[in-house]
Amino acid sequence: MSGHSINPCNHDIFPPEAPLVNVQVDGEWVQVPKGMNLIEVARRHGKFIPHYCYHPKLQVVGNCRMCLIEMGTPKMSPERKPIIGADGKPEINWMPRPQIACASQASEGLGIRTDSPLTQECRKAVMEFLLINHPLDCPICDQAGECKLQEFSSEYGTGTSRFVEQKVHKPKHQDLGARIVLDDERCILCSRCVRFARDVVKDDVLGFVNRGSYNTLTSHPDKKFDNDYSLNTVDICPVGALTSKDFRFKMRVWFLKETETICTGCATGCNVTVGSREDVVYRLTPRGNEEVNSDWMCDFGRLDFHDLGDSRRISQPQSRAGAEHFSVPWQDVFLQIGQRLAGFKPGEVALIGSARMTNEELYLFKKLAEDLKIELFDIIPREWPGDSFLKSKDKNPNSAGAKLVKFSSGGSVLPKIKEGIESGRIRGLISFHEDATAIGLSRAALEKLSLLIAASILPNDTTTVSHFILPSGGFAEKRGSMVNAKGRLQRLHKAVNPPGSMEDWEIINSLRKAAGSQQNFSSFEEVFKSLSADVPLLAGLNLGKIGDKGVQLDLSKA
Amino acid sequence: MPVQERRIILKHIDQPGYTIDIDCYLKHGGYETLKKALKLPPAQIKDEVKKSQLRGRGGAGFSCGMKWGFIDPSKTQKPIYLICNADESDPGTFKDRQIIHKDPHQLLEGMIISCFANSVKLAYIYIRGEFPIGARILEKALAEARAKNFLGKNILGSGYDLEIYVHRGAGAYICGEETGLIESLEGKRPYPRIKPPYFPAVLGLYMAPTIVNNVETLCNVLHVVEMGSEAFAKIGRPNNTGTRILCVSGDVNKPGYHEFECGVITMGELINDICGGIRNGNKLKAVIPGGSSAKVLRAESKFKMKQKGPDGNMTEKEIGLLDIPLDFDSLAAVGSMAGSGGIIVMDHTRDMVESMANLSEFYAHESCGQCTPCREGSLWMKKILTRMTHGKARKEDTALLKNVADNIAGRTICAFGEACAWPVQGFIANFKEEFEAKATKR
Repeated sequence: MSGHSINPCNHDIFPPEAPLVNVQVDGEWVQVPKGMNLIEVARRHGKFIPHYCYHPKLQVVGNCRMCLIEMGTPKMSPERKPIIGADGKPEINWMPRPQIACASQASEGLGIRTDSPLTQECRKAVMEFLLINHPLDCPICDQAGECKLQEFSSEYGTGTSRFVEQKVHKPKHQDLGARIVLDDERCILCSRCVRFARDVVKDDVLGFVNRGSYNTLTSHPDKKFDNDYSLNTVDICPVGALTSKDFRFKMRVWFLKETETICTGCATGCNVTVGSREDVVYRLTPRGNEEVNSDWMCDFGRLDFHDLGDSRRISQPQSRAGAEHFSVPWQDVFLQIGQRLAGFKPGEVALIGSARMTNEELYLFKKLAEDLKIELFDIIPREWPGDSFLKSKDKNPNSAGAKLVKFSSGGSVLPKIKEGIESGRIRGLISFHEDATAIGLSRAALEKLSLLIAASILPNDTTTVSHFILPSGGFAEKRGSMVNAKGRLQRLHKAVNPPGSMEDWEIINSLRKAAGSQQNFSSFEEVFKSLSADVPLLAGLNLGKIGDKGVQLDLSKA
Repeated sequence: MPVQERRIILKHIDQPGYTIDIDCYLKHGGYETLKKALKLPPAQIKDEVKKSQLRGRGGAGFSCGMKWGFIDPSKTQKPIYLICNADESDPGTFKDRQIIHKDPHQLLEGMIISCFANSVKLAYIYIRGEFPIGARILEKALAEARAKNFLGKNILGSGYDLEIYVHRGAGAYICGEETGLIESLEGKRPYPRIKPPYFPAVLGLYMAPTIVNNVETLCNVLHVVEMGSEAFAKIGRPNNTGTRILCVSGDVNKPGYHEFECGVITMGELINDICGGIRNGNKLKAVIPGGSSAKVLRAESKFKMKQKGPDGNMTEKEIGLLDIPLDFDSLAAVGSMAGSGGIIVMDHTRDMVESMANLSEFYAHESCGQCTPCREGSLWMKKILTRMTHGKARKEDTALLKNVADNIAGRTICAFGEACAWPVQGFIANFKEEFEAKATKR
């Protein structure tokens, strides 16, 4: 999946072999790909042309008029040859009328002025027009702080209003779909959401009704805007018209700390930005990566973070006494676990890991298996229908990584683990990020185990009967790497602290120590270093090299 | 001796006994020109139209030959469409409806010839929703023409196939804008397209090359072919060839529509000799010369006009409103336009602010709302003007109004921006004192 295959347009992507033309940007001649629109031309050369309706991934409609600039074409001699000036470059014939940059394309000898008096005057006028009927309810608007109306007002508008008439009133808090609320008075009718729905996700249910200043965005009378990509419109809405029901009124955006990581909702691994404040995650927004998700993500993945703030969250290590669990300090838990593990023979313990764990965690988990001479270990596969856009059929985010570190056998070992536990041959089980009942084990079977250790975010049937519960971390609470379905190695960054204060890799590292391992990693970087040394496909890589956008692995060579 | 009408398009219209039936049309020599045209190479007809210097009658006055010249049937794999723009909605203009209602076959014949000349196999007549009778008349005329094989397969044995459909608009002025019209015809909201890249000649109807011509223009094509480009070019004035149907409304004794050679009649002759002068013996105050979006001209104004003398030298002459010859170039030279031929006459009883408020209400109502300046500006201007006419004008309103109009014109997707801004600019330029007086009278 890449930007090329999922977007109807990619105005910002030009093949390296595209022919170049000379264009004058604010007096300076630069070379740009022929046909590139002038907003992108300017962007590539450090100039910003403000715009609302233009989006590099959507069809150009030119309706906001914010990107009006001065433009000129080469002066032609009577023989239709460009007249060359003293600087050896074509002389420019400036057009008296401003032109929209979004719909104008780079051609040889073209000139643009992105900040001339006429350009400034046009922007000022458009800003005024956009605000005369706007409710100006910034104090209670969720978009405040990341609103293009605010930004461009401050940059290009005026401090006073000349409008003394009654504003047009339009519908407020309209229910556009399951996840979106629309405020039509805030809407500037840029049609980004309409084009996204129609052209990107092919769910053409948004449109305008009425006419002129009374134009109103709405969804089809019989259809809601409910597709699983609907929340992307909240991101591309340049103003506060479309707001997410999940996020609205929860947090002022300027308080949010932004952490670049990836979504772990499925094996696509959409690049995301986590917005958090004081160890609470408030929202996920997609982060552009043409090799993975372009600028989009699905609504499921976007909202799949609420476990982190769940009130039932396991926040402390616990050990069981009778039917009750009691909080125990970390060091005591590891001490007790170490003592208990010593009483098992090889072959009496099994591990259930998860392809929701990072490469580093799974690598250490595999090491734990080796430490304890455990032969039965695997992950639990997880599938859902997926779709043809971004959702992978594999609902586990790191199936490929689990295979790469040789922890996963794709679930084929699970029946043996089940059978071993049921027959009583296996007396000990360590389960990470999974509910062991998911492989068909009954609670009674789990209760027969002499030792059950479960690391989990939330209580489940396994934690309820386990001897030790370890508070594990969610995707936003850890560093690490994962490999998506297409073999892209990508990094997770820690946005917030895990409630148990230990990252998952540290928990497993400590388990190994408790089990008597001599190998002990003192930093996350060390784990990756060891991992990359052990897995040939990762040879030569380090965390820096993976970077923000990941690196492509050739899984066929694994 | 008043200037005589030269009825070419209106030749039979309003004549006693002339009906819309095809038999009547045939009796008057109808479809003879089509028979002649079908024997000509299409390129030759295009050439004739180009040589005739025929300019579009829809409002912009763009050369018809040049418009057709943008499309080369040999260089496109796509079908070429022709659309007759019968969305006549400009306040003050009522010429196309006369043709449609009273001589539909003339339009069809002109249209079929135009289609043949441009290798068009499928054409549409986009008629405004408010012309239901016109649509029915056209449907009937099309059926008649089809029955006589002037339309359909292998027209008159020529091997040329053409089908024409009538499509009714749903009541939006913007559908007269050619790209808005195309969107509407495609079944969408009539949002005008951005140009570039969506020039109809390249990416028109269904993204195929498309010609959009006004009703009167297509009728003129018939007459160009009938009389030959040379004869046609002799009618009117150079670069302003042929006749023009002028629709006179407002404060004259005899409002109506009249056909004259372009530039042969002056404003004064039209108003006084043809239309019986200003009503009730009132004084002429102003004229809007080319449909409501043309800039208003004030009665006392003097205009400098360059004229080519018989010796070929250019001389500059100062003329009054009544001396302006009614053609494209002269009206452009005095700072307005011939537009769609709607001439709105206003006498001294008219309050110019009220009049402007009335016009601006139309434009605020008809703005499609796609692009910002027109969407917001048209209603803002209306609100300012309405307030001014309700005794609540402020000193700064005139300048504000003018500035809002300036911020719309030239910055919108389609020409509606100019259409709503030009009247405001024109009214204020010519009658500033009336606007300013509103503030002091309160």
